[in-house]
Amino acid sequence: MSGRQIGDVILDLQHISLRFGGVKALTDISFDVREHEVRAIIGPNGAGKSSMLNVINGVYHPQEGRITFRGEERRKMEPHMAAMQGISRTFQNIALFKGMTVLDNVMTGRITKMKATFIEQALFFGRAHREEMEHRKKVEEVIDFLEIQHIRKTPVGRLPYGLQKRVELARALAAEPSMLLLDEPMAGMNVEEKQDMCRFILDVNDQFGTTIVLIEHDMGVVMDISDRVVVLDYGKKIGDGTPDEVRSNEEVIRAYLGTGH
Amino acid sequence: MLYREAGQFKASYAADQQIFPIRQDRVGVLLLLAVAFVVVPMFASEYWLKGILIQFLVFSLAALGLNILTGYAGQLSLGSAAFMAVGAFASYNFMLRIDGMPLLLAFALGGLMAALVGIAFGLPSLRIKGFYLAVATLAAQFFIVWILTKVSWFSNDSSSGVITAQDMVIFGYKFASPQAKYLLVLAIVAIMALMAKNMARSSVGRAWMAVRDMDVAAEVIGIRIMYSKLLAFAVSSFYCGVAGALYAYAYLGTVEPEGFNLDLSFKILFMIIIGGVGSIMGSFLGAAFIVLLPIFLDVLVQDVFTGMLPPSIASNLQLMVFGGLIIFFLIVEPHGLARLWQIAKEKLRLWPFPH
Repeated sequence: MSGRQIGDVILDLQHISLRFGGVKALTDISFDVREHEVRAIIGPNGAGKSSMLNVINGVYHPQEGRITFRGEERRKMEPHMAAMQGISRTFQNIALFKGMTVLDNVMTGRITKMKATFIEQALFFGRAHREEMEHRKKVEEVIDFLEIQHIRKTPVGRLPYGLQKRVELARALAAEPSMLLLDEPMAGMNVEEKQDMCRFILDVNDQFGTTIVLIEHDMGVVMDISDRVVVLDYGKKIGDGTPDEVRSNEEVIRAYLGTGH
Repeated sequence: MLYREAGQFKASYAADQQIFPIRQDRVGVLLLLAVAFVVVPMFASEYWLKGILIQFLVFSLAALGLNILTGYAGQLSLGSAAFMAVGAFASYNFMLRIDGMPLLLAFALGGLMAALVGIAFGLPSLRIKGFYLAVATLAAQFFIVWILTKVSWFSNDSSSGVITAQDMVIFGYKFASPQAKYLLVLAIVAIMALMAKNMARSSVGRAWMAVRDMDVAAEVIGIRIMYSKLLAFAVSSFYCGVAGALYAYAYLGTVEPEGFNLDLSFKILFMIIIGGVGSIMGSFLGAAFIVLLPIFLDVLVQDVFTGMLPPSIASNLQLMVFGGLIIFFLIVEPHGLARLWQIAKEKLRLWPFPH
């Protein structure tokens, strides 16, 4: 990694507990994310990894615990407010807008930055027109970056799975987030697609300095690209540290990694 | 061969994002507008203008309104006719009760009243979706027609609830001839269609489509779902309201609340289903299909098959063929006539050498 400098804590989660009725999804989980780092969350299925991301960007509201983002403690937050603060995410099951083209999908990523009212847009004059062009330019940079120029006018429903994942990443990046939450960005991909995706994630982290929180099952990938790893099991934190520390943690081996043969 | 975009290079995003990026489309639309504005009023008969074209344009506008709500924002509604009624009766009352009220302002205010009512009846959409929402909008349909009949103030205490639209006068010019009425309606519809297209291709339209396609993801991206949905209801009802005012003023002249019943709502819904859900052009194609086809079939049956069929069959033949064609089109292309047109254009780009 080149000039990337890991900075101070940007997101701090303290004693987070989340329940759905009687089901405890998360129990007393604390960890932090530092600026510019790649932070992985791993664990077996149902460990609460996706719930953790949903807590971070305000889809779920934990019953207990404190979340501090950029030094500000957050009580209750709606997802669109998290987006305004610079938190973007992708989903485990692709959540693209199927009826729209790639370009339109990526353009929606910049929606929080568009200020023209719908009346100006109806007239397509002045600020509305100017904004469309400015944001198109930014969006084209993202499209270039992720190498999806050739499909920009294709409806996303027609694209193969791997490309759809990439478009989803493009949509998240278009918002120029300071923090990017990736929910299994490499699930269901073949080795080449995984390598591409790894390269893009590292490039994003390196070139834009974006902090990345990542859920992934491929241990090879996780150990290669992340700076620190947190391990969840049954909604509890069982390990936290650098990949090497986590790899040698007894409890993590027992719950998730398994012993080598 | 004619429909080629080879050699049309775009050097700026502005060029790539214009409404009709392909030159042939631009020329085609300009030609169509020229024909509609100049040639048609010169040659069309009074019956065509009054009975068919004005009706077609008014319904296109209503279908456009519903298409914004259902096609773009994905909210099913069965209340379009009721919103048309609000537009018609509100415009009538603004004209009636305020001296010197300009006609176009009355139309706009009628549309705004419809928008407010639309927002009120759109509130359930924040909690319910799909068919359940359709049933909730059904409430609007029945409630509005009921209250317009029940409260005689709305129809200026006319005994049967019928209102007679005032003369259409703008800057002292009286729009009385079919040509004048047609041109006025055409101008309003053309401008509003252009505005709808602009919204559809800007961020407000993308927000609507995002809410339609995947609302959770839309919210995470930063779209305010509540605002987007209610805005769709407001804009859609505004379009329906203006369509209702034109329906009363330019097409029928006298209307009663019962004229805006559920049948009319369904008619508008069928227009967008057949024309193409989520397409501006589809609204026009669907309106043309629903308005023009029955007339065409009538003429065909009367002129061509006169005497060949017993009258009992001849009178129902039109309905049978009409129903059959609707089913045929829905099976062949569930995305509507607009999609067929789009496929035709894609094929045409490569014709006659598709490989």
